[in-house]
Amino acid sequence: MKSSVHIIGYEFELEKYASFSPQTQRRLAQNREAARKSRLRKKAYVQQLETSRLKLVQLEQELVRARQQTTYTTQPNGAGIGTFEMEYAHWVEEQHKQVAELRRALQAHVGDVELRMLVENGLNHYANLFRMKADAAKADVFYLISGKWRTSVERFFLWIGGFRPSELLNVLLPQLEPLTDQQHAEVCTLRQSCQQVEDALSQGIERLQQTLSQSMALDQSIGGSYRVQMAAAIEKLEGLESFANQADHLRGQTLHHMARILTTRQAARGLLALGEYFERLRALSSLWAARPREPT
Amino acid sequence: MEKVMGLASDNGVVIFSKSSCCMCYAVSMLFQGIGVKPVMYDIDQDPQGREMEKALMKLAGTTAGPVPAVFIGGKFMGSTNDIMSAHLSGQLLHMLKPYHSLS
Repeated sequence: MKSSVHIIGYEFELEKYASFSPQTQRRLAQNREAARKSRLRKKAYVQQLETSRLKLVQLEQELVRARQQTTYTTQPNGAGIGTFEMEYAHWVEEQHKQVAELRRALQAHVGDVELRMLVENGLNHYANLFRMKADAAKADVFYLISGKWRTSVERFFLWIGGFRPSELLNVLLPQLEPLTDQQHAEVCTLRQSCQQVEDALSQGIERLQQTLSQSMALDQSIGGSYRVQMAAAIEKLEGLESFANQADHLRGQTLHHMARILTTRQAARGLLALGEYFERLRALSSLWAARPREPT
Repeated sequence: MEKVMGLASDNGVVIFSKSSCCMCYAVSMLFQGIGVKPVMYDIDQDPQGREMEKALMKLAGTTAGPVPAVFIGGKFMGSTNDIMSAHLSGQLLHMLKPYHSLS
């Protein structure tokens, strides 16, 4: 049924076509040709897209596999740090997105349920960073605590491979007002405990420096003593990894307790303030590097 | 183990350490900073140090080294991680109340 109607329609078109002027006929033929070429181009383009998409999926799979390999096999220090640098770059990108989300959510006055989710995401994101840093500490603790992976201004504030938690509390506090008296007291207690732990860890690292320096200052070049001296020094340096881990543990605990003390909305504001603070420091680092200077 | 538990119950606040361990020093500094004078016991200076270390390893489990090992009132409180967490939560100050030095 359909086909006979189609044929009838086609014949009707043919008749109509035959009645057109030669110029019109030529134009119609050109249009048909152009349409045909366009369809071919589109087909080629879509095929290209498909191929690229497959390639992308393949590359992504390779990347995941490569990451897994570098995490789980013993390798020279360079490889582990390479992974860390890549993952940290992703971390910063994701952080930027989360900060923008928090800003939008707070401005739009979304409900507590959605805010709670954003706060959880933010806290988990920081937890991920500490996990990454723990792996990096295993690979090359000196790299981690040197802050080479951070921007210059962040490095200026460096305390055992990151920010000083008590100082971050000072950054946050004014952004969280108004706090209840109870909250104020709890935050002040937290800040004090934080400072006490920081002082203890700082003293521990200082002691490590002093004792290492003293032991290296001795000339033990006679026979086996040199080996013993170096072995003892290596054991000392291995202790640095614990300090790096404890510093991050302190940072994580501080965030955890702040989230406990604050309401969901306050916690969201706090995470936003923190994220924006870090972004500003990074921006400052870029501006500093690019500042106009007298030619020497 | 008996020596460890003996020393722990004989003294209010004991931190088992090694003379070369700077984290042990850090933990002792924390206690002093909050007004408590812990007894520091260097197991590497003890003739039974090896056995003590084994006993402390058992207590510490897989996540921490044998030292520092903190005992309060004869009870094992944990290693560095546990002590830091306890201090931030306020628990440590609470547990150390009876041991504050009056100096």
